[in-house]
Amino acid sequence: MSLSAKDKTLVKSFFTKIAPKAEDIGNEALSRTLFVYPQTKTYFSHWKDLSPGSGPIRKHGLTVMTGYMDAVEKIDDLLAGLLELSELHAFTLRVDPANFKIITHNVLVVMAMYFPDDFTPEVHVAVDKFLSKVNLALSEKYR
Amino acid sequence: MVEWTDAERAAIQDIFSNLDYEDIGPKALRRCLIVYPWCQRYFGGFGNLYNADAILSNPMVAAHGIVVLHGLDRAMKNMDNIKNTYAELSVLHSEKLHVDPDNFRLLADCLSVVIAGKMGTAFTPEIQAAWQKFLAVVVNALGRQYH
Repeated sequence: MSLSAKDKTLVKSFFTKIAPKAEDIGNEALSRTLFVYPQTKTYFSHWKDLSPGSGPIRKHGLTVMTGYMDAVEKIDDLLAGLLELSELHAFTLRVDPANFKIITHNVLVVMAMYFPDDFTPEVHVAVDKFLSKVNLALSEKYR
Repeated sequence: MVEWTDAERAAIQDIFSNLDYEDIGPKALRRCLIVYPWCQRYFGGFGNLYNADAILSNPMVAAHGIVVLHGLDRAMKNMDNIKNTYAELSVLHSEKLHVDPDNFRLLADCLSVVIAGKMGTAFTPEIQAAWQKFLAVVVNALGRQYH
């Protein structure tokens, strides 16, 4: 399921539009990941506060969103562009790749919440395809 | 049997009492057919589904979206017995419609995105958790009679 030229255009323009709200989106998406899918909390036992909107969550949500926005810049070669991040997730963080889909789902939900008119079905499918490719690139170095 | 807290029951009833079926039903099904195009295989008789614009303006899709959304009513009214409530519909989807049950999950995800779009920040993490739990139970019940 590769990205067409149209997909890339839609992804780039939508991410430009949401960039000002990156911190809020990251915070909401990560908060929901930890709250709606409690098994994901196992990766953050070193944080004092895992409740939605907490300091660590807000900070890390921005880290994640910055990662996505960086991936948009590397949309033409995600495998090469995300190599280092893949190594981080594979060897250091050791996050089960099944969880990438969970964060993706919550990012999509939050995008719909904050940008209901812009997050059309066409933008939705382009972004979903893009995030799926990001997840694949992140999984690259696992085994 | 699925256990529901009072808060979860309230969240579900609240969503349904404010639900505009004529708006949300079509939106959810259209989004499913656009975001997961392989779902179109079940709608061969619906005419033009060739591109997003065609799907968005297709009257049969809109009508069917409303039917499918009303299908959730029986779960909302029988939250303590969703499994058996959907036995017949499960057989229908398996034996007659031959729908891959993974598609139920895809439609449920699209429905969540549409509801989130409608409710905005009122779609809190707590409400999202209750709503997705509800849909997961329905999806599971619909897939139960497959063999």
